[in-house]
Formats: sequence, C-alpha cells, structure tokens
Amino acid sequence: MTATATKQVRPRHLLDFQDWSPERLTAILDNADTMLQVLDRPVKKVPALQGLTICTAFFENSTRTRTSFELAARRMSADVMTFAAGASSVSKGESLRDTIEVLTQYRVDAYIVRHHASGAAHLVHQYSGKPVINAGDGRRAHPTQALLDAYTVRQEFDSLDGKTVAIIGDIRHSRVARSNAELLPKLGAKVVLCGPATLLPADLAGLPGVTLTTDPVQAVRGAHAVMALRLQQERMSGGYLGSLQEYADTYQVNEALMQHAESGAIVLHPGPMNRDVEISADAADGPRSRILKQVENGQAIRMSVLYHLLVGRD
Amino acid sequence: MTITITNMKRIGSEELTSVTVENGLIKGWNLAEEGEVIDGQGGTVAPALIELHAHLREPGQTQKEDLASGLAAAAAGGYGTVVCMPNTSPVIDDPAIVRSLLEKAGTLGFARLKPAAALTRGQQGEALAELTYLKQAGAVMFTDDGRTNENARVLRLGLETAASLGMVVSVHAEDASLRADGVMNEGAVSEALGVPGNPAAAEAARVARDIEIVAGLAAQGRPVRLHVQHLSTARALDLVRDAKKRGLGVSCEVCPHHLTLTDEALRGFDAIYKVAPPLRTQADADFLLEGLRDGSVDCLATDHAPHTRAEKERDLLDAPSGIAYIELAFPLMYTRFGGTLGLEKIVELLTAAPARVMGWPEPTLEAGAPADLVVFDLKTEREVRPAEFKSKAKFTPWAGETLTGWPVLTVVDGKVAYRRD
Ligand SMILES: [Zn+2]
Repeated sequence: MTATATKQVRPRHLLDFQDWSPERLTAILDNADTMLQVLDRPVKKVPALQGLTICTAFFENSTRTRTSFELAARRMSADVMTFAAGASSVSKGESLRDTIEVLTQYRVDAYIVRHHASGAAHLVHQYSGKPVINAGDGRRAHPTQALLDAYTVRQEFDSLDGKTVAIIGDIRHSRVARSNAELLPKLGAKVVLCGPATLLPADLAGLPGVTLTTDPVQAVRGAHAVMALRLQQERMSGGYLGSLQEYADTYQVNEALMQHAESGAIVLHPGPMNRDVEISADAADGPRSRILKQVENGQAIRMSVLYHLLVGRD
Repeated sequence: MTITITNMKRIGSEELTSVTVENGLIKGWNLAEEGEVIDGQGGTVAPALIELHAHLREPGQTQKEDLASGLAAAAAGGYGTVVCMPNTSPVIDDPAIVRSLLEKAGTLGFARLKPAAALTRGQQGEALAELTYLKQAGAVMFTDDGRTNENARVLRLGLETAASLGMVVSVHAEDASLRADGVMNEGAVSEALGVPGNPAAAEAARVARDIEIVAGLAAQGRPVRLHVQHLSTARALDLVRDAKKRGLGVSCEVCPHHLTLTDEALRGFDAIYKVAPPLRTQADADFLLEGLRDGSVDCLATDHAPHTRAEKERDLLDAPSGIAYIELAFPLMYTRFGGTLGLEKIVELLTAAPARVMGWPEPTLEAGAPADLVVFDLKTEREVRPAEFKSKAKFTPWAGETLTGWPVLTVVDGKVAYRRD
C-alpha cells in the first residue's frame, strides 16, 4: 500500500501521529492561532461544539491535563462529563471494556483518555467507536502535549523548518519524548534525545530526524529549544540511576548548559517540575523559559484539536 | 629528577645499553650518564607490568593488607600500575573513598594505584552506584568482584551506563545458585575428599548469560564492554572465544594460579589453595594456556587476595578464598612457561594486553613514553621466601620453590619504586 495512491482519510481520533499528514498537523497549529484570540476575548466561548458530550476518562491522575482539556471543551460549548477512575468501579476490578461500554450508554460523543497502560486509548476507540483523543497512555504517546510543544517552538521562531529540539531526561519512560520524536520531524524539525544510557532506548535512533546522545552538551549544541523531562523518583529504586544528585549534576537543564545552545534558545518543560532536579530555577524562571507559555498554548491546541476532529471539514 | 639505568638489555635485544629517564618520561637510550646512576645488573628491561585485579584490602581490612604493603608488593613484583578491587569495608562505592585512596597512594612512591569502584551500591547488586561521580573521582573500572552479579537486569543497566562513560565492567562470573555451597572444583577430587563441589558449569552458565546481555545490547547498536575476571574453565573460555568471533565487546583474564595449580592441590585439605573460582583440572589449565597462546585470553591478572594466616588456617569450609602472590607472578610465569609462551608473550600479557582491555595507551620503551619500567634478572635462581614478602600475607603455595625472572628494579613515573637489596 502506498500513501500517495490512497486518498487520505481524515482521522477521527488522535491516538498518535501515525495517520497524520504534515498538512493536517500544520492546520491544527494554524487553527490554534485563532483559538488563542478566542481566549483573549472578554467572553471566552464559541458555539462550535454545542450539543456534543465529551467525556474525560482519566484512569490515571492528572489534574492539569484534565483541566486543560475540560476548559478547552467548555470554551467550545460542549457538555463535559468527567470520569475519574479513582472513585469508580475500575478500582473494584471492572475491565476497561465494561467501563467504556457503560459510559457510551450516556451518549458520549468523544473521549479524552488518560491511562497508565500503553495502547489503552486505542482500546477505548475500539470499544466505543467514538473519536478519542489520547491524553497520555503509558509510555507511548501524549500527542496534544507534543502539538503544544511544537506550537510553542513555532511561535518563537515562526517556523519549525530546520529547527532543532533537544529533549533531555528519562526518554525511556516518556510518552512526551516519543510523541515529540514522532511529530517534530514531520514538521521539518530535528530532534535530539538525551539522557543516561539506561534511560535512552537505542531503538529510537531508527526514527527519521531523530538522534540520540548521552552527552547533554552535545545534545543542546545547535538546539533552538531544550526540553527537560520530569524525572520520577522511582527510577532510582528501579536501578536506572546512581542517585538523583548525580543525575542533576549531569543532566540538569540549567543556564550553564543553555550557554551551549543557540543564542535565542528557549526552555520547555511538560510539567510538573522537580525544581533543582531535572531543571534549575534559573532555567525554569529565566528569560528563556516558555514553560508558562506552554500551558496557555496547551489550551489553544486542545481547542484546535477538538474542533478539527469533531466539526472541521475537509 | 633524572636517573640513568646502565648495564641492561632492552627486551628483545641482547645488547647492553642504558636508559635515561627525566621528569617521569624516558629521555632516551644510550645517552651520557646523567643524574643518579643505577646498575641494571645485566638484566632485561621491559615496560612495568599492569595488574588489573588485586585486592589491597583498604579501607577496613588492613590486617590482611593495606595500600602501603600491597603497592610495595606490587612494585617488588615488577608492577607499575595496580587496579584494586572495591570489595573492601566499606565498599568502594563512594567517590570520597576513591579520592582518599588515590591521595594516599600518591604519597607512597610504590606502584601507581588505579581504583576500581563498585558497580552497584554496597556491591549488593540491586541499585547502581554513582558511576559518573566515581569516574570523576578517578575510578577506572566498575566491578562487584568478590560478589557475583545475580540480578541480570541491573548488570545490563550498569553495562549501558559504564559504556556511556567509556568504561569497562568486569565481572566475577559464577552462578551463585549453581555454585551453591561448593568450595572447590566439583569433580573426582571433591568427591574423594567429601568436600562440596563448585561445578565448571557455574562459571560457564554465567559467562553465557553475560555474553547474551552484551549481544542483545550490541544488536541494538549499543556496544558495551564486559571483562570476565579470573576465568578458570575450558567451557567458559570456549564461550568467550565464540563471543569474540561474533565481534562482541567481551574480554577475559586468566590468573597464573589457575595455570599452575589444579584441584589435586587440595588433597591435603589446606585452605591456602582455596580460591574463587576454584582450582580446576589439568585439562582446564592446559586449555587456558592454549587460550593465552592463541589470543582468546586477553591478559593475565593475579587476583592477589591476601588474608591473615589465622583465617587461612581454618578448615576448607570456613576459610576465605584467595591466594596472595603479586610479588612472584612474573617469576612464576617465566619459570613455568618461559619455554612454551616465550618471554615477550608473557610480558605482553602483563603490559600491553591489560592496557588494551582498559582502553589505555599501550606501554612502550620509546623515548618520550612514560618512565614505567621493570628490570628482570632472568638468570639467577632464587627460592620463594614468603618471610621476605612486602605483602602482609607471608605464605604462599609456592614457598620453597626455585624460580627465575625476579624483578631487580621497578621504576614508576621516573622514580624508583622497588630495588632489590
Ligand atoms: Zn572474583
């Protein structure tokens, strides 16, 4: 099967970027400009999704991501139904399939899914037959995060073409790193993934436009954006690291490291941050930081994705 | 500081010559005498030997050995550089210990110390030590020697981290569950003696596992470096030989005691012969010797492992493992195998070969090279007299034997580190 010979079907879900062409991805980024304007209005609401019911199904806790999605949906006039697994029958052993089939009886039109298992968003799509936006599944994908990262870089440099984004940290367990490694090269940017050898799966080097290194100075050299990833304390007990202090000394994104990057390079972080571990205060709060900008852009990107999936036309 | 050593032959030559060393470097050969003049006594000069595997017992076990006695013993054995093992008390898993050992060794003026550090915290095998800090402090190798790496996953993580730091991981390859309570080679002798045996398969099984870890990482485009310590069995050497054919980053060392002694030595129940891995059979020893000849064994190492006499006077089950003989490793090899391997090969196995394992520059005798030298007296027969050892362990399986090839002078960094009185 050749991609050129087949008319591309408009994806009705955002599980990862596999079915997404650069043109559609660019359209989502372009549309986010409009959404940012909506957010600047006194009345931050448009009727685009009126009458639709969107369920945020969060099997894993993430107040920030859920809030961002729910606000995005409400600002487009959707009804939002919140399903949090902690307080539900899932904790009593109900299967993912049963949960989704029950929710679907409430006439849900689309799902936003967060789950600790890679592939769970796929299953929700399969069981519900509805559009699904993956809000983070296991270590696999977190596409809206990658879109907002790409958008933030593009905002800074007008284009992603020929830009380099260095991502530093626990690459192995990071869905953010995987999604960015998939997305950014589609948009013309290069990605450098960097972390301790134990947290840097060599197989990722097979992705187009992606290079790996264990040397952070090498990673940021020539980079226009440097993203620090949250380091989970469990990586210590998992045997991946000698100590948090050793990690911070070697891989922390700080102003000293940023001196090796391009002069106008910006600092990103998907949050929440461990200050003084993967990122220093001078990098997190300094003039290069676009971390709060990412949060703002995240909402615009999620509005744009919802619009694109649920009402947009070819 | 300048020294001229006269009246000796460069290895590979029969001509008498002299060498002048200045500021830690070889200035040149056959120059006018300068500085302190030392008589080489007609001996043969070679680059100082490199030991990749010695237990110097500091910190914490200094009744067995300490840096001063261990490094003096090494210099007396012709060694210029010694990698010490981290199974001390406390374990060398802390950069501060590495720094303090280096500082202390630097003031002694014997052989040069290059500490190995633990791969895992406390050598417990469960969590990596701070390998980056340990390297920064001066550690040259990571190993949990003294223990075996039972947790394969942690070893794999350690190999990956070490390789990213450009470092070798060395392993005591022995499957602890197969070894069980074995204290000597499992075979006819252990059966006859009624002593619990340690099968050759315990070593081979572990070597096979570790090679597969290396192979798996290599297949992902992630080359790592594994060095198998004190290999003792034919079967395990076969596996290493095969791994090398596959182009994997695997090297191994063999100890002179595994070449010169067999499990027959234990018939008197004397724990002086108790080592880990144990003395094997003559067939194993012959196979290892062949491996030295054909290059499938990378280098020689002594596993110098001193204990107190009282500890070694316990019964076979309770006595600790280890033979301490860094002072006579070269004379032993030269006397036993000078005819079969040849002098130059033996020297190579103790100098350039270990340097290659570590990724260090190969030592040479050319002008401008570091002045790490040893002069051997290849003629005079001398009896092994443990009372004269610099090591605190003043007993050895070879006591009373007559050997040739004793070092008469060791120069480290351009300074005399040992001189036979
Ligand atoms: Zn050992």
